[in-house]
Amino acid sequence: MTSPLVLAAAGQVGGDFFKERSSDTLPCQAQSDHLFCLDWAKDNIDRYGTPTVQHLEIVVLSVVIGFVVAFALAWLAHRRRSLQPPLLAATGVLYTIPSIAFFFLLLPLTGFGRDTAIIVLAAYTLQIIYRNTILGLANVPDAVKDAARGMGLTERQILWRVELPLAIPEIVAGLRVAVVSTIAIATLVVFINAGGLGTQMYGSGNLTFPTSILIAAAIVMAMALAFDLVLLTVQRLTTPWRRVRPA
Amino acid sequence: MSDAQASSVRYDEATKLYRGSSEPAVDHLSLEVPAGEICVLVGPSGCGKTTAMRMVNRTVEISEGDVLIGEHSVRDREPAQLRREIGYVIQQVGLFPHRTITQNIGAVPQLLGWDKDRIRARSAELLELIGLDPELGDRYPSQLSGGQQQRVGVARALAADPLVMLMDEPFGAIDPINRERLQNEFLRLQAEIKKTVLFVTHDIDEAIKMGDRIAVMREGGRVEQYATPAELLMAPATEFVEDFVGADRALKRLALMRVSDINLWEAPLAHVGQATAEVRAKLDAADVEVPFPLLVDDDRRPLGWLSERDLGADVVPGRTDSPLGPVLELDDVMRDALADLLQHETQYAPVVDHRGRIIGVLSVEIISEFLASPEAKTDEHPAVERPHD
Repeated sequence: MTSPLVLAAAGQVGGDFFKERSSDTLPCQAQSDHLFCLDWAKDNIDRYGTPTVQHLEIVVLSVVIGFVVAFALAWLAHRRRSLQPPLLAATGVLYTIPSIAFFFLLLPLTGFGRDTAIIVLAAYTLQIIYRNTILGLANVPDAVKDAARGMGLTERQILWRVELPLAIPEIVAGLRVAVVSTIAIATLVVFINAGGLGTQMYGSGNLTFPTSILIAAAIVMAMALAFDLVLLTVQRLTTPWRRVRPA
Repeated sequence: MSDAQASSVRYDEATKLYRGSSEPAVDHLSLEVPAGEICVLVGPSGCGKTTAMRMVNRTVEISEGDVLIGEHSVRDREPAQLRREIGYVIQQVGLFPHRTITQNIGAVPQLLGWDKDRIRARSAELLELIGLDPELGDRYPSQLSGGQQQRVGVARALAADPLVMLMDEPFGAIDPINRERLQNEFLRLQAEIKKTVLFVTHDIDEAIKMGDRIAVMREGGRVEQYATPAELLMAPATEFVEDFVGADRALKRLALMRVSDINLWEAPLAHVGQATAEVRAKLDAADVEVPFPLLVDDDRRPLGWLSERDLGADVVPGRTDSPLGPVLELDDVMRDALADLLQHETQYAPVVDHRGRIIGVLSVEIISEFLASPEAKTDEHPAVERPHD
């Protein structure tokens, strides 16, 4: 964890962080058994602004890119059923690569920084979004598609007007899992010097000073909850027919 | 609805051979359905009836031969465009769960580019036509019962005033009581809108009830007999048809007849205050087959049957000893009339006209003689008009 490479990657933030905290101006940070130092938190809350924005950017970009790619793959596999198993396997394999390994494997190709982070995080979202989109499309009752075709909707109209709207719940469910897990995994991009809230968690000093970890973790969790809530709201607003009481 | 447009449908040696299959699902089918009639395709599962129906809107592509709507081959049409002119109703209804009832009914008009006001007006008109509360228009399909959903399914198929309707076991998933109601409603509707309908079912009773013509099909999409329901029941063309129609086909014929279609017995009538001797004399006449006199009022409306005890007095009493039992009308369907007789455990029932005046007497004996007579099996009986309840 604290290999020289990692420290070098996190160096800019971590080193600075360590220095600041080693001064004697803060009363409770010297006590290693002190779980949360409120005074320090009050004085240092500003330092979370930039990492939070970075974190948000990385998450949003990753999920958007992941969604576009996964959706395109799902659409392809929906039209050509024979592609479904290989695509599921391919996205599954990506998902099983350990994240640290994935980051470092890409370093020679894409280098340190945000690009690598986004590529890896987007790749991780593929499996869940792809699988849920396929699932949602498959759950559309055959009778509904048969009726749509029999009434004269073209294949494209069936997809956009019938299948996709009906698949929204599954697609959004996939997105929710993807977003929450991406927000969590994005704390690791600090190791490839891509910023984010991980910068406030990792650093040698933090091992004996949990206050910053707690603050960063709280922001990460709040972010995950907020995104989840937003997506849930979007789903409810776009699927009014699911909220009616059946006969 | 004033616009009663409909086209004939003609199968011309239409054949469907599915890839990888050696036997055609439909084999050189030739069949003409006149405009405005209901043609029922009936047969056991796997006989190709649905495949044959689906050739019309090209949800099944024709391998060989042709299907013509009016004068035009469906093969010359772009499938999606063609389908917008053909109503489509399926057993599982297939309403769009994410669209309101109004939007569902307006689906084809929307594809055809109608403006919003016209679609709304048309939806409301159709909701009324199928007997649904216009307020249901803003509901979603899941909020309706199965029967209501299929009514909407029929309305949706009618929305753009199609030339032809395809109905694939439309009432097959509905409970028997509601099925009968929907069948009757559709027949009543059809009497108004006069569409050309291809109706698929595996139920011969439904076929007899719904069809102006019935095509009995067997494996390989071959038509064994194409005839009116009465012809089919009277003269099954092949052993297959005879088996399929069933051993009770004589009874089924009763569903196609009305009481007015059969020769009734004359009722020996008696009036209040009439001398009983006079009534007895009537009963003894050679051509009277009803053993009891029927008491009627001054307007010849039946009051009750006179028993031996009633006739013991000098004059006919004002009240009869035995109850009147069922009273039938000339318009009653024969099958229902027989059911009435059997249910009341009686041999005879007076038949009245629409003003309630006595016309004659129907007996179980008349019906059984009719069913046993050679005429019942061979004659073209006039009762081909379907019963509309």
